Amino acid sequence: MIEQFDAIVVGAGMSGNAAAYTLASQGLKVLQLERGEYPGSKNVQGAIMYANMLEKIIPDFRDDAPLERHLVEQRLWVMDDTSHTGIHYRSDDFNEAKPNRYTIIRAQFDKWFSRKVREAGATVLCETTATELVRDGNGKVIGVRTDRAGGVVFANVVVLAEGVSGLLGTRAGLREMPKPETVAIAVKEMHFLPEEVIGQRFGVKGDEGCVIEAVGTISRSMAGLGFLYTNKESISLGIGCLVSDFAATMESPSALLDAMKNHPSIRPLIAGSEVKEYAAHLIPEGGYRAIPQLFGDGWVIVGDAAQLNNAIHREGSNLAMTSGRVAAEAIIKVKSRNGPMTKANLALYKTMLDDSFVIKDLKKYKDMPALLHTNSSNFFDSYPRLMSHAAQTFMRVDGTPKIEKEKNTTAAFINARSRWGLVSDAVRLALAWR
Amino acid sequence: MTIAVTKVRVEDKLYQNRYLVDSGRPHIIVRPHDKPSANLLALTYVCPAKCYELNDKGQVEITADGCMECGTCRILCEKGGDIEWNYPRGGFGVLFKFG
Ligand SMILES: Cc1cc2nc3c(=O)[nH]c(=O)nc-3n(C[C@H](O)[C@H](O)[C@H](O)COP(=O)(O)OP(=O)(O)OC[C@H]3O[C@@H](n4cnc5c(N)ncnc54)[C@H](O)[C@@H]3O)c2cc1C
Ligand code: SF4
Repeated sequence: MIEQFDAIVVGAGMSGNAAAYTLASQGLKVLQLERGEYPGSKNVQGAIMYANMLEKIIPDFRDDAPLERHLVEQRLWVMDDTSHTGIHYRSDDFNEAKPNRYTIIRAQFDKWFSRKVREAGATVLCETTATELVRDGNGKVIGVRTDRAGGVVFANVVVLAEGVSGLLGTRAGLREMPKPETVAIAVKEMHFLPEEVIGQRFGVKGDEGCVIEAVGTISRSMAGLGFLYTNKESISLGIGCLVSDFAATMESPSALLDAMKNHPSIRPLIAGSEVKEYAAHLIPEGGYRAIPQLFGDGWVIVGDAAQLNNAIHREGSNLAMTSGRVAAEAIIKVKSRNGPMTKANLALYKTMLDDSFVIKDLKKYKDMPALLHTNSSNFFDSYPRLMSHAAQTFMRVDGTPKIEKEKNTTAAFINARSRWGLVSDAVRLALAWR
Repeated sequence: MTIAVTKVRVEDKLYQNRYLVDSGRPHIIVRPHDKPSANLLALTYVCPAKCYELNDKGQVEITADGCMECGTCRILCEKGGDIEWNYPRGGFGVLFKFG
């Protein structure tokens, strides 16, 4: 007997779970496929989770979701080889009844989210890799083939929530393969330490959390970012740079991570920790210009698979959850007026997404990825070095008149990058930021 | 407790991870070649699990057992035909406990 679903969701990550939950809770017959042994077993994130976007899906998630720490402090460090210059923002306002941001551990969080999806009525099939989209004679997607015996399943619409390196969308020609210059490869380790030690080292108490984002020479002239996120009893520590930069420099991601851990500003924060996992994952960094066609006859694409990731603000999970929810809402609307899941009808998803922060934010930074990519040695090496040097010159009291120090600092910047280069970088950065 | 800041070999890092290896069914295959392309060669450094290695004939070989399924090699080498890339069968491969 052929079983027909209203919707098949491929993937049980942030976007797939948001879509499957929204669809199932409105009574649609949903099948969700996940290739991992359990949801989350293939997924890697920093990970900061943004409450607002989950609240729109599961308002009372705080009752039982596995959350690590709510964030009260964020630090941005600009690093050279021996020092860092930091901007810290900390506020007791973040100790609110319903905190805004939390750290999470994806394997645990995804399991919880998936349980909610099942409770909402969806059928979730793990250990099942979708291998191909099935189309009818007119090219409309009508189901997916899986690696299970006799494994073809049918649905009116397929939600592709397969993540950044998903095979289905690229193989079916629905989207291009991400290019080496539009994806970063990140490596990450889990460093375990007692809860009190983390509290002391990061200056937080109870469930409060602190995160550090680090740029500069730790990425060895590549466009990249390092991070240290506090969980209850562990620190997630990682670094990611563009794949194209790695290929050009032939740096090893794991060696880069080891060097970062050895940086004198970071070493004391993780001293004595026990490492329990080493993970790697791609991050879509192409932004607005890399977004593929989002819908077609019988399909929509959501989350990282659609490159919906804001690399500038390091937000991805919230864009994934929102695009999954919005796609589901569009499908529900089409179904409620008895419309077929055609390209024309599913265009509603794009219209609704255009109206959300997801597309508005990505549009705002549409020129950023290209700028950082083509200029990485200035932004990730020269400027951080100059900044550190300027700070040190400023702090060292050695009898040099202040006016001379300022002149030297200005000269150092101009020597490194020429007056014209500095002005042009500033202007391009401002334009891309606008 | 181990001291985290000493340099750790990638093999030892992977040892921390859980895998369910699908014996005899590698999910990534390097196509036979005389001389590796620049991207294929780069993978001997850039693969975060050090799955790619040069043999003594100067060709690139893969042992995909420690693969974290990140997709970096696919992004660099699938298009040019250097490799054939698939996900492992459902349930097999890396199993992140934390992710
Ligand atoms: C190191 C790192 C740090 C990050 N930090 C943050 C952060 O702090 N905050 C933030 O908001 N975002 C962060 N992100 C981004 C965030 O993780 C992603 O944007 C988000 O996970 C995307 O969700 P998704 O559902 O689209 O894809 P994924 O979470 O990748 O889920 C895809 C799912 O599909 C499954 N799948 C794929 N193909 C198939 C198939 N053929 N058949 C069956 N199942 C399949 C996979 O197993 C997986 O479960 C980070 C990413 C990385 C790598
Ligand atoms: S997918 Fe990633 S970890 Fe696996 S072989 Fe390719 S580059 Fe290495």
